[in-house]
Amino acid sequence: MRIEIRGGRLIDPKHGIDRPASVYVAAGKVAAIGDAPSGWHADRVLDATRLVVCPGLIDSSARLREPGFEYKATLESEVAAAIAGGVTSLACPPDTDPPLDEPGLVEMLKHRARSLNQAHVYPIGALTVGLKGEIITEMGELTEAGCIAFSHADAALANTQVLLRALQYAATFGYKVWLRPQDVHLARGGVAHDGEVATRLGLPAIPSFAETIALDAIFELVRATGVQVHLARISSHDGVARVRAAKKAGLPVTCDVAVHHVHLCDVDIGWFNAHCHLVPPLRGTRDRAALRTGLSDGTVDLICSDHTPVDDDAKQLPFAEAEPGATALELLLPLTLKWAREEKLPLTTALARITSDPARVLGLDAGHLAAGADADVCVFDPELHWRVEPDALRSQGKNTPFLGFELPGKVRFTLVGGQLVHES
Amino acid sequence: MNNPQLSADGELQHLLTLEGLPAEIIGRILDTAVPFVSIAEREVKKVPLLRGKTVFNLFFENSTRTRTTFEIAAKRLSADVINLNIGVSSATKGETLLDTIDNLVAMNADMFIVRHGESGAPHLIAQHLWATQRQHIHVINAGDGRHGHPTQGLLDLFTIRHYKHDFRELTIAIVGDVLHSRVARSLIHGLTTLGTPEVRVIGPQTLLPTAVESLGVHVFHDMRDGLAGCDVVVMLRLQSERMKGALLPSAGEFFKHYGLTVEKLRLAKPDAIVMHPGPMNRGVEIDSAVADGTHSVILPQVTFGIAVRMAVMSILAGSR
Repeated sequence: MRIEIRGGRLIDPKHGIDRPASVYVAAGKVAAIGDAPSGWHADRVLDATRLVVCPGLIDSSARLREPGFEYKATLESEVAAAIAGGVTSLACPPDTDPPLDEPGLVEMLKHRARSLNQAHVYPIGALTVGLKGEIITEMGELTEAGCIAFSHADAALANTQVLLRALQYAATFGYKVWLRPQDVHLARGGVAHDGEVATRLGLPAIPSFAETIALDAIFELVRATGVQVHLARISSHDGVARVRAAKKAGLPVTCDVAVHHVHLCDVDIGWFNAHCHLVPPLRGTRDRAALRTGLSDGTVDLICSDHTPVDDDAKQLPFAEAEPGATALELLLPLTLKWAREEKLPLTTALARITSDPARVLGLDAGHLAAGADADVCVFDPELHWRVEPDALRSQGKNTPFLGFELPGKVRFTLVGGQLVHES
Repeated sequence: MNNPQLSADGELQHLLTLEGLPAEIIGRILDTAVPFVSIAEREVKKVPLLRGKTVFNLFFENSTRTRTTFEIAAKRLSADVINLNIGVSSATKGETLLDTIDNLVAMNADMFIVRHGESGAPHLIAQHLWATQRQHIHVINAGDGRHGHPTQGLLDLFTIRHYKHDFRELTIAIVGDVLHSRVARSLIHGLTTLGTPEVRVIGPQTLLPTAVESLGVHVFHDMRDGLAGCDVVVMLRLQSERMKGALLPSAGEFFKHYGLTVEKLRLAKPDAIVMHPGPMNRGVEIDSAVADGTHSVILPQVTFGIAVRMAVMSILAGSR
């Protein structure tokens, strides 16, 4: 299939490109940019007039809910959501049931994803067996099976010695470890940011220093082991400051923020809106401002969707009992565009945070559109606003705090490996 | 966003929280309660305001006292009262909170009185009734998690007004476990709405929520400083499980620092009143000599509680 994406505005953050250019795709690769290859004949021409053509988005955290939670979502439903949102590669955390702690499970997931032949799925393996925080997993075997990193997702890892051993082992073989910085004991039972809102509503709270204390401990262990750590879901002002200082000191750390935390804060909980029950908790306005600053200056490397489809039964409960998480694969692009507009940032900078930056952190040769690259492409209309409603979402999860919002950016075409997998 | 408890024309639809409830509505509830106090003294203690209405006491958390006062209040208004103690066991049966509500709605409930261990449960029910176009069914929050206990707050306000008249001249101290107290939160909102110039909370750091000052109160860790010049002292119940979570070393040490004794009460104004939402832990937060002493209005609180709950129910039944 030879596809010509004609007349769009090409934005390739990695190569600093933002100019009108057609993209020519053949044999799964980008054949040429700008001028057609000699003897070019397209099987299909996609009209990209007034549209943006960029690398397919890369989401560093999307829960597909398989195996174990198929009543919440399936690989089919969530991969369909991904490509409808322009996401062509995604990493999924290991907190499935059972967790991704043995090669067979990872191979099965990779196989199922491949057979769908849509988005690329990159599993993140469990750091400890069963995510119980006791025994480290067979990281070598899991890497061969397709894991690109290891993490403890949101499961508690209370034993610092186990964490040290896991980091030492990972460092020995050069595996990356993803950690969500949160002190287990300070966070226990908490469901909201420890501040005025939680005090008013009487919600058990998690203080910001649950994050900074964990960050300080992680930085010490990084210094001791030399392991590359990716800090998942930073949430606080002081946390961003810690990461900035650690990077300045040369520690091999990267970090991300969930797209919800770029836009929302604890006051959005309103009267116990369970869609705002997220992990980590939405914090204060000062924290949100710091996350935005961190994203602009690169302290925060990337934005992820932290996509977590939850069924209605698990959400329609009192705030603390409601299962945390929000569906977001289809909102990653619109919310990133909204952030860029509000901060008056160039589109290239915004798109970098969901294309080339996550590719760098995940260690993928993706997220760019040079000739010869895999033709994972997202074509979207940056001016079209659409209303977030349950029926507008492909994801099986309809749980999002953004229901009713009018958001910019509608994906028109998604190509994965040179195949047109989505158009609207 | 809709107001969670007022109708589009500003009528009280549900009673979920005292936060944001207009002073006029609070005043109206307190005024309505006044004649209900005397009904209890009559030979026939019934009025027909809720005749033919079905009130469900929906208690997901055990409470004999609050349930009983609601039951008496509803019966004095001639309502049919059904008590459901759902407790913790319902969760294991698999029925969700909203399933339970839908079933009771199918039985033509008119009013739900909800006690739940999680903050926000009554809001969730009210929201569900709104979303399913059954907003004519009223919800009264009878205590949700740490969040609110608005009828307790109202009966506390009624008691204070009864003895002290003008909120705009009072200094009021709330003492003890504010962190876990829905009673304290509701009372603070009510007092600040009615213009109380000085509301104090007194307790150790472990029992005061973060940024509690944002509710409009002054924080005291030393009880003697905090009681100085007070017109009203509200003691909070200290639950015994608070000793387990490293919040306090012992009941004895708590009493030493924050228990109300005759000697400490002398620091308040000579005509200060002492309140407690009950049930009391004598010798933990309050000395018997104070609980049973001349300053105590703890038993009148219980009597007023029934009248205030009658007032809330009759006002809700009169709105659509």
